[in-house]
Amino acid sequence: MKRGWRNIGTWVGAVIVGIAAFCALFAPLLVPHDPFAQDLGKRLLVPFWMEGTDPSHLLGTDQLGRDYLSRLIYGCRISMMIGVTVTIVSGIIGITIGVLGGFMGGRVDDVVLFAVTTRLSLPVVLVALAVVGLLGSSMTILMFTLGLLLWERFAVVARSTTMQVRNLDFVAAAWCAGCSRFRILAGEVLPNIASHLVVVATLEIALAILLEAALSFLGLGVPPPLPSWGLMIAEAKDYMFFSPWVIVIPGIALFVLVLGINLLGDGLRDLFGARSDA
Amino acid sequence: MLRFLIRRLVVALLVAATVMTLAFVMTRLSGDLAISIAGPNATQDDIAAVRKAYGLDRPVLTQFFDWVGRASMGDLGDSFFFKRRVSELIGERMPVTLALGLTGLVIALLVSLPLGILAAVRENTPLDRFVQVVALLGQAMPSFWLGLLLMIVFGLQLGWLPISGTDSWQSFIMPGVVLAFSAIPALTRLTRAGMIQAMASDYIRTARAKGLSRASILLKHALRNAAIPVVAIAAVQLGFMLGGSIVIEQVFALHGVGFLAWESIAKNDFPVVQAVVLVLAVIYVGLTMLADMLNAVLDPRLRGA
Amino acid sequence: MSLLEVDKLEVSFGRTAAVRGASFTVEPGETHCLVGESGCGKSVTALSVMNLLVRSADRRAQRLAFQGEDLLELSDKGMARLRGNAMAMIFQEPMTSLNPAYTVGSQMTEVLRRHKGTGQRAATDRAADLLARVGITAPGMRLGQFPHQLSGGLRQRVMIAMALMCDPQLLIADEPTTALDVTVQAQILRLLAGLQRDLGLGLLLITHDLGIVARVATRVSVMYAGEVVESAPTAELFANPRHPYTQGLLRCVPVPGKIQRDQPLGAIRGTVPRVGPGFEGCAFRERCDFADETCSHAIPRHQAGVTHDFLCRLPA
Repeated sequence: MKRGWRNIGTWVGAVIVGIAAFCALFAPLLVPHDPFAQDLGKRLLVPFWMEGTDPSHLLGTDQLGRDYLSRLIYGCRISMMIGVTVTIVSGIIGITIGVLGGFMGGRVDDVVLFAVTTRLSLPVVLVALAVVGLLGSSMTILMFTLGLLLWERFAVVARSTTMQVRNLDFVAAAWCAGCSRFRILAGEVLPNIASHLVVVATLEIALAILLEAALSFLGLGVPPPLPSWGLMIAEAKDYMFFSPWVIVIPGIALFVLVLGINLLGDGLRDLFGARSDA
Repeated sequence: MLRFLIRRLVVALLVAATVMTLAFVMTRLSGDLAISIAGPNATQDDIAAVRKAYGLDRPVLTQFFDWVGRASMGDLGDSFFFKRRVSELIGERMPVTLALGLTGLVIALLVSLPLGILAAVRENTPLDRFVQVVALLGQAMPSFWLGLLLMIVFGLQLGWLPISGTDSWQSFIMPGVVLAFSAIPALTRLTRAGMIQAMASDYIRTARAKGLSRASILLKHALRNAAIPVVAIAAVQLGFMLGGSIVIEQVFALHGVGFLAWESIAKNDFPVVQAVVLVLAVIYVGLTMLADMLNAVLDPRLRGA
Repeated sequence: MSLLEVDKLEVSFGRTAAVRGASFTVEPGETHCLVGESGCGKSVTALSVMNLLVRSADRRAQRLAFQGEDLLELSDKGMARLRGNAMAMIFQEPMTSLNPAYTVGSQMTEVLRRHKGTGQRAATDRAADLLARVGITAPGMRLGQFPHQLSGGLRQRVMIAMALMCDPQLLIADEPTTALDVTVQAQILRLLAGLQRDLGLGLLLITHDLGIVARVATRVSVMYAGEVVESAPTAELFANPRHPYTQGLLRCVPVPGKIQRDQPLGAIRGTVPRVGPGFEGCAFRERCDFADETCSHAIPRHQAGVTHDFLCRLPA
């Protein structure tokens, strides 16, 4: 009973992520209009479910007359790109640190724990805003800033799972067989903690997407005129009291994508029996 | 216990020192601060004047040790933009942020504890599943967007609550709710898991064998033990909320520390930015230590150890 | 009137039948032992008397009565009024059976306050008296301590004292000594037997240790795969065991003077089978030396005396 209900969630998540990935990969082919083309004569057109809609703009247009659906699809591309890149960067950092701490133990582990504590004490949004504010906003800077900030969960999970694996019999057997440290790490430890890390990765992608949207909303994330969903909400904010859909549409897109990724992550966790906390 | 606390204190001081260094490095990342401070139309002479006025002409290491030395004594320097002491600025704005964070925490606990307990007691029923879905939805909700939606519905259409500002306690309701949303999923799940574990324990069987009332079994015997990890996480979540309130303060135009930091970033007022980062980090570290002490109060096994 | 009547008790968890028609009675002031291997349904029987089974368990019985009061008809609230009051229970795991977050005193007094409405002061006095009664020195100090500060033996004494707070008529003890050191086991057992005698308690003692049975029981019921296969007064059972399973159990106990030094102890081959609902015949037949094809049909209950009955096709 519970399993069935859980499975539906996993499938819903997989479908959402699948659609988002498809949109991200084939955005240029999917969009009905140029997402950057302004048409001041067609500003703030309403979406298809309201009176007086323009059939060529399914989701209406924004305050500069740009097609909302096209911007939404390109926004999906930006969100997915940020989510995946940030997770790769933070994953490399966090897994390296965590596996080192868990495998070496002792002083090395103390340093790792200290690094995690320090990282947790830094207010992420504020530090990211400050760095982007000082260095100027661009996709690259944003992705690396977030990547450098979001590694702590990878480190914590990699550390605790490595510790468990290290003490297992087959790893001890590999030691005895005279395998080198590197071979044990790459051949025995990493494959056995991978499933836990995949689950963490889904959570981190979701978190990175939400953070990017928040930073872009505050004006220090993705630079305009790129159609980030957070930026779309920020730009539309002045019109939201008269045309609520201008913030509702990108917000729902953001919400659904993050929900989908989390559903998929929960499903994977059940599948692997993995832990995402420590 | 005392040794444990001393060790925690040493770690806390080391974390503070590291954050001081990181905050300093962060503000020097862009290269020459004087150019950005002086503005786009400044001449070479203007820039040189700024550099001299703010002590930026000294070697970086001198500047660093100057900042560390003063910050350790509680002197966070002067704001370039406001022309005032940073500690005063932060002191003025902190009450708003603290009020917001505490409101958020209280709302989060008022929602998560009952929901988590209900879900645990009705494990694997539709109610339990409903609670889990709520947690899942909360986790996916972009806080700034939720804030805007609430503004449209409760501020504009229903007119129940003020849209922005800090004029009355009602101003804190909507931002508090939005901030609470970020902590509700984690706290609810933790409460649920803790209660399920506690309800399956031997001491709950003993409590039932003693014929205690259901309320006493749930709220006195089970919740007390389930609450131990929840309290620790709640303190940590409050730290995250204070750090994350920058977004919500901006949405609702609450002039707290987060708003101050956002303004200062836009104005290249780096003494304020690095000070806010440091203050928030120190508060976070303090909260984790508070969580340890609360745990010791709640869990007698940790006392006297 | 019997203190506790259990007639044809059946408990199942999904597809597993844990108790299959167990019947026995506990008279006021007697010590009734339920014996059998692990997994034979002793603990489940005890928990179902107290209605402490997990919610997924299915409990049925012809009759389940305490002092003539039908427990099957009783509401949850009515049952809670009896538990810890007229009938109390102690468990196998003293290390985990006390709440780690509260002092011994607070856990003991809350029973009395709940059932008798006694004030905190009087309840504390009673708790201190009982702690002294169960052989704990410095009871005043112990009341202020937390469970983790006590040893396993002390915790079990606290559990016993706590069970006695409301002067119960029936005390159910589910393997109360199994988790303890051997020396402590003997102390706790002596304590239980002494309390039973002095207070005139009905004691339902669950154990797999026949040595304990021989020393304290008035009457013994042997359980196997959820059934009571033999029931008799203690002396009668030890002198004249009729069911092959009882005979096998008794052969496993070394008796000084009776067993020769180099002679092997008895053993029963195999383990207790898992039995589903609708199982026919004797559940012991796979392990029994006397089994034949008639054992897979319904088994009659034989009387070997007025107070001695057993469940086997062999009338011998």
